[in-house]
Amino acid sequence: MTDPVVVVDAVRHVFPGPHVALDNLSATIRPGVITGLVGPDGAGKTTLIRLIAGLLRPEQGRIVVLGHDMAISAAAAHRAIGYMPQRFGLYEDLSVAENLDLFADLHAMTAALRAERIARLLQFTGLRSFTKRLAGQLSGGMKQKLGLACALLARPRLLLLDEPSVGVDPASRRELWAIVSAMLEEGQADDMAVLWATAYLDEAGRCDDVLLLHEGQLLAHGPPEAFLEPTRGRVFRLGIAPEQRRKAARQAAADPAVLDALVAGDALRIVLREGAGVPDAEVLGGVSLEPLAPRFEDGFVALLAPPSPPDPLPRGEGELVGGVGSEDAITVADLVRRFGTFTAVDRVSFNVRRGEIFGLLGPNGAGKSTIFRMLCGLLRPSGGQARVAGADLLRAPAEARARIGYMAQRFSLYAQLSVLENLRFFARVYGLDRVAGARAIDAALTGFDLADIASGIAGDLPLGLKQRLALAAALLHGPDILFLDEPTSGIDPLTRREFWSRIGRLADEGVTILVTSHFMDEAEYCDRLGIVNQGRLAAVDTPAALRARVRTDALPDPTLEDAFIALVSAQ
Amino acid sequence: MRLRGLMRKEIRHVLRDPSAILIAFLMPIVLLLTNGFGISLDASEMKLAVVIAAPEETARGMLQALDASPYLAVQRALSTHDGEQAMIAGRVRGMLVVRDDFSPRLSRVTRWPAAVQLVVNATDPNTARVMESYVSSALQVWRTGQLTEKRALPNARIDLQYRDWFNPELRSADFIVPGIIAMVMTMAGTLLTASGVSREWEQGTMESMLASPARMVELILARLLTNFGLGIGSMLLSVLIATVVFDVPFRGGFLALAAAVSLFLMFALGLGLFISTLSRNQFVAGQLSFLTTMMPAMMLSGMLFDISAMPHWLQVVTFFVPARYLVSILQTLFLAGDVWGVIIPNLAGLAVAAVVTLSATVLVTRRRLD
Amino acid sequence: MLRRVFALIMKELVGLWKDPKTRMVILVPPMVQVVIFAYAATYDVTHVPLGTWNDDAGAQSAELIRRFDGSPAFAVTESFAAPEQARAALDAKRVAVVLHVPQDFSSDVLAGRTAHAQLLLDARRSNSALMAQGYAASIVASFAQDMHPGRSPPIVLLTRDWFNPMLESTWFILPGLVCVLSLIMSLLVSALSLARERELGTFEQLLVTPLRPAEILVGKALPGIIVGLINANIVIIAALLWFRLPFHGDLLLFEAMLLLYTLSGVGIGLALSSFARTQQQAMLGVFVFASPMIVLSGFAAPIENMPRIVELIGRIDPVRYMLVIARGLFLQDMPLRVVLEQAWPMALIAATMLTVAGFAVRRALS
Repeated sequence: MTDPVVVVDAVRHVFPGPHVALDNLSATIRPGVITGLVGPDGAGKTTLIRLIAGLLRPEQGRIVVLGHDMAISAAAAHRAIGYMPQRFGLYEDLSVAENLDLFADLHAMTAALRAERIARLLQFTGLRSFTKRLAGQLSGGMKQKLGLACALLARPRLLLLDEPSVGVDPASRRELWAIVSAMLEEGQADDMAVLWATAYLDEAGRCDDVLLLHEGQLLAHGPPEAFLEPTRGRVFRLGIAPEQRRKAARQAAADPAVLDALVAGDALRIVLREGAGVPDAEVLGGVSLEPLAPRFEDGFVALLAPPSPPDPLPRGEGELVGGVGSEDAITVADLVRRFGTFTAVDRVSFNVRRGEIFGLLGPNGAGKSTIFRMLCGLLRPSGGQARVAGADLLRAPAEARARIGYMAQRFSLYAQLSVLENLRFFARVYGLDRVAGARAIDAALTGFDLADIASGIAGDLPLGLKQRLALAAALLHGPDILFLDEPTSGIDPLTRREFWSRIGRLADEGVTILVTSHFMDEAEYCDRLGIVNQGRLAAVDTPAALRARVRTDALPDPTLEDAFIALVSAQ
Repeated sequence: MRLRGLMRKEIRHVLRDPSAILIAFLMPIVLLLTNGFGISLDASEMKLAVVIAAPEETARGMLQALDASPYLAVQRALSTHDGEQAMIAGRVRGMLVVRDDFSPRLSRVTRWPAAVQLVVNATDPNTARVMESYVSSALQVWRTGQLTEKRALPNARIDLQYRDWFNPELRSADFIVPGIIAMVMTMAGTLLTASGVSREWEQGTMESMLASPARMVELILARLLTNFGLGIGSMLLSVLIATVVFDVPFRGGFLALAAAVSLFLMFALGLGLFISTLSRNQFVAGQLSFLTTMMPAMMLSGMLFDISAMPHWLQVVTFFVPARYLVSILQTLFLAGDVWGVIIPNLAGLAVAAVVTLSATVLVTRRRLD
Repeated sequence: MLRRVFALIMKELVGLWKDPKTRMVILVPPMVQVVIFAYAATYDVTHVPLGTWNDDAGAQSAELIRRFDGSPAFAVTESFAAPEQARAALDAKRVAVVLHVPQDFSSDVLAGRTAHAQLLLDARRSNSALMAQGYAASIVASFAQDMHPGRSPPIVLLTRDWFNPMLESTWFILPGLVCVLSLIMSLLVSALSLARERELGTFEQLLVTPLRPAEILVGKALPGIIVGLINANIVIIAALLWFRLPFHGDLLLFEAMLLLYTLSGVGIGLALSSFARTQQQAMLGVFVFASPMIVLSGFAAPIENMPRIVELIGRIDPVRYMLVIARGLFLQDMPLRVVLEQAWPMALIAATMLTVAGFAVRRALS
């Protein structure tokens, strides 16, 4: 067994704020395997990778890479490190070939070596016919592959990848993984070590070694199997009546014996608390109960969950209407949007009924946000029509817009104002007078658990709280229709579940919700889904039906991701 | 090899990014043309109302002499009241009043000299003095002409001749335009580097560069050299415009010009880097840039206002405005030639400025992200 | 509707005030700039270094030189014996003027013949040279009068300087600084405000709310107006208290005009930034526009000196009009009629620019 490539020794790093990014972290990273770095946004993954890359110096502790202390002799280590930052790190004005050339120059590679290596990587990444194209014009997946190629160019001993597959289409995601594995195999003699940061738990499950970070702490470090073991025997499949999935999930989650209840297809996936007895299916509101083999995500949730069950969410003000209404809240007909010669949205049509949760599912750049913007009246369609609550929001009077709530992909509230100031602003802007406004703000503060941080500056909040605030602001004026653009990207699984709980309840109260996401598995919470790829709507159906469409003997229990890949390639 | 690769990247960037080209070439054109034509201290056609209560012949003679001056545009006013109204409304800048006792006094030598009154709008004191000066000399010319006609020109007089060196036509453009070039260089230099740095941060490429074997010095150098090239191009364009469009002569040598502009560019580019590295907040950066480039370059560099006429404490302050050194060199190079006695000390000042900003940048731009 | 707009305005102001750096940048620079620039802006010619090249040995030439030395405009610093020395000193800027008195000067004066003298000037600064010529001429003229009394007297020009009898340059430049410094500030604040919202993504959030584009515009315009007015008044206070400028007009009228002026400046800033994608671009736009606006207004040099075309272009510059009003209200008791003549073009510019900005905001929706 060779020496570890990276040794992290009691590292602590604090950002001005003060914000503790990493606390007393110690770990080693071995060559020849893919080590996964897992955790939600704000856990400290990027900070750790930057520390290892020598871009930051730790407050306390040491980091040694290939025998070099990064605080002292980082430059020596840089020759052997390949680094791919979260946002590609590519020069968009330069072509594929020019980007590769630049990195070759930086590593002082001779002409012969360069030619051979570039050819190899181009072939591996499938970019050989794109050498002259500007990097800015590549698709998201191709950009990531190019970034990977640049990082691998000089045969690094340490490959650092910061969320290389985030938001990329599922096919490319798998290809990225394949490339790295192949490089690892090929470079056996070189003993390359790979650190792959990700928020995708399925990827984490495929790594040889996993570092689990949460709020700056290293919760666990070991092979994926080690994570699964504790939950073995505690995972079950709860069959339920198909129409009541969300309600059932809420009910099950409220049960003291249950640690986690997740909508999975036509059933719920239940993880029981440690030491809890196995209850009856009926107690949990279900029909049947079967044991299941544990998954990485189960182990992850078990580690993160608080020891005692949290208080149940406070009841909302609205009455539970239950079920989906019959009339259409949103209608989209042949919607088209072109940017110059590029068609971002190509004749998309679908309807959303009142009280329904409708998801638009697809990778980054598929056109989801563009569709959204046209629906909200932020963008003029090049063709077709979009009506929300019977009105065209682009031309609608202000009153029509008061009936919708919007939560943008990036935090779009005022970072320099406090939580309370933000809420007050939006209450006033949506026409709530002093009395109604105060009531709504109070409800928001309690309902979203923001009362303790009401005077905190919005920009300083961790991501999960920011999302909560954004959602609270979007709901202040009691809209009928809610637009949520990638509301859960970067959030840890627990917060994500809580979020979907709230959304589910809102839907049951009659609010129509339109969501976009690139997390395929989250889409299970939706009543119906639209699969979007490259501006076209590949399919519209319930999650169960979509999965059923691609079921084959070879693939008896497909996930939504499988469904996506199959449906898109059939397009 | 690293440096070469980085330079190639920078050059490609510039070629494909319109904003750099705009800053380096379009902005100088716009600034030179507006400032060059807009700022002129060459008085011409200053509007003068004239009220004459004198016999027609005298009046006509005087009006003709005044109007003959290219610097004055004469309108006859019927009364002092009319003239005053015109002045208040801003239609004329001055009013010349010739009373009815003027003619008699002129033809006879009396105890009281023949006087005319000039009322001038002195809001702009400089132009007021200029107007006074031109009116006075126009009147003297008329007087001398009259006396010569009557053969009454006294021999006993003093004839003062003027020789205006370096700028015989007394065109203000000749000294203002070189100053404008300095202002353009300041703004272009600062803006070129500032916009490049923030773009790298936004795109995330700064991170990968910092993690690569590239050294900080190489990164800064590559950026500086490319922008330097652009700056030199900008300067050549400016000099071209100055000589071709504004007819400003260039009597100096290119060596001195190259040395001065190179040092100044180093200073300006360094300043741009420094500002953008230091302030992530764009509003603060904007104010800082304005504060340190445009207004000081216009007001304190000697481009427009003579430094030696400023109060002493302010003259000391101008030592810290590097544009001052460039303006001095440029004005000399354009109009006088290679006067090394003036050029060398100013070059030294520029060198100091360049060293200060560049080392400040290196100190502030650490290799790490924190 | 009022509630909405009010909420937006409050939010803007709170945002501006919260950041200490922004606060400082709004208040400190104008104070510093006003002092420095007011003292810098002078075309005065005093103590011009003069070198004498006297080939004459007589008393009259000495007297002439003494008069030059005694004049506040000149200071005799060197004397030369040969032309090369004079030339070298002029080249090196050791002296700005050389007075050359030829050999026969004194004898010519005594004999009643026409005497000659020559003035060599460094005309690199043409304006100063012109001034120096004027002073030299009057020194020589009074010398000639004194040497040859009783001859046909020259015409005496009595000058009355209206509005600025002491010919103070600060009186000329300070009203200009009121306009220019507040312009820069209101341009920057309004341009960057819109661009920043766009860049950060909060603009979209605003567009989705019931706020109408016109209301958003008002909300964005107000901070720029407030900042501009604060700046202008800081300079006014400095002008009145420190530099002791007179103020002959009606202060309320002035403030009203300043409001109109700031409105047009803010309109330009908003129009500029609606074409900018990033704050960086907005800043660039402000730079490129502010410089000609300042120059073409007649701030530093008179409008009459500009070529016709350039002067015509300057007619769309609000600074030009405000400058006239400012100078008029400080130094003259400018009648209302004249003030209004200058006010309506500013109103027109403000209306046009705000409409353009409004269109652009609406266009952001497509």
